[in-house]
Amino acid sequence: MAEHRILIVEDSPTMRQLLLFALKRLKNVEIVEASDGMDGLRKVTSDHFDLAFVDINMPVMDGLKLISLIRGEQSLEAMSICVITTEGASEDRERALTLGANEYLTKPIQANKVLAVAKSLLKID
Amino acid sequence: MSDGRGDNGDRGEAVLAIFQRGADFTRELLAENERLRTRINGIETRQQEAAQSPGDWDKLRHELIHRIENLESENRDILEQLQQVESENQQFAERYIEIEEENNNLANLYVASYQLHSTLDPSEVLRIIVEIVINLIGAEIFCVYVCPENANLLEPVASEGADLDQFPEIEIGHGPVGEAVAQGNVVCSDADGDSGVALSDQVPIVAIPLRVEDLPVGAIAVHRLLQQKAGFSALDHELFTLLAGHAATAIFASRLYAQSERKLSTIQGFIDLLTK
Repeated sequence: MAEHRILIVEDSPTMRQLLLFALKRLKNVEIVEASDGMDGLRKVTSDHFDLAFVDINMPVMDGLKLISLIRGEQSLEAMSICVITTEGASEDRERALTLGANEYLTKPIQANKVLAVAKSLLKID
Repeated sequence: MSDGRGDNGDRGEAVLAIFQRGADFTRELLAENERLRTRINGIETRQQEAAQSPGDWDKLRHELIHRIENLESENRDILEQLQQVESENQQFAERYIEIEEENNNLANLYVASYQLHSTLDPSEVLRIIVEIVINLIGAEIFCVYVCPENANLLEPVASEGADLDQFPEIEIGHGPVGEAVAQGNVVCSDADGDSGVALSDQVPIVAIPLRVEDLPVGAIAVHRLLQQKAGFSALDHELFTLLAGHAATAIFASRLYAQSERKLSTIQGFIDLLTK
């Protein structure tokens, strides 16, 4: 049984694979993938996750909408959210953090940064 | 008369008493003499021992000095070893950071390469190239060109950050992108993606030729990077090289596969026609 569960909500298979590659280095962690916001919402409401990496620009439902829905659900308030996006403007960052994201990473990402953020949010040494 | 004998007796006893006291005194003197002799012998022995101690002390002092020198030498050796270990530690820490960076870079290259060769559908290959350029390189405005068969030009087929019609066809050998394809070299410029100039007139920040051996397959022209991306890193240059080879191979292979599928379906149609 995994100690922590992470959800990757990202429409790009390339990014999903890169995130998976980085996060697989964590021990006792189960990683689940979702290909858009709606798929992500289905997964967070049907199963427990400690952390979600969420892209902003996605089809069907974007990342900001997903974050606001997650933060509106009391049972999901303990779940940490890290945004991964191409949007580097400070107002985009502020918007995501105001909606309830815990961290904000801009693309192109480095695997070690993703790993460091995951460790910090999951409180893993 | 009897008084005279009595006096003599008393005198005799007195003399005897005197002799007795003398004898006692003499015995006391002899005992004292013996005690003093013993004491002198003890003092002489201690003196002899005392006479030997300075030598021992000197020897001990030399031994201690030698020991101190040895300890100081050992201390110096240990300090040197400690410095060496610290230096090695520092080198290991630096090497760890390098390996970590290399690992991250390899992860990006592996993912890019894996994705490029994960499909034989030409449109999927193009989508993956676009994804790589956005997500792994961090480009905001760019165009992907392909070279039609038996044509000496580059046709824009996918773009990001600007409409496709803003990117004109390019003749191979002409302009920065055409020259990059003709020569087979990645060309980086100091251009800053000036938004006041039309894209068709802009010099791209980087032009990546896509070639299979000497055969031109296409090109990628990056006109602007994402605002958070300050410039190109060593990894980006590795990605340019990877794209130049692997994206070209992926496009080429998917095209061949699509052609073979079309031919196969045509042949199958003929066979069906003849056998029915």
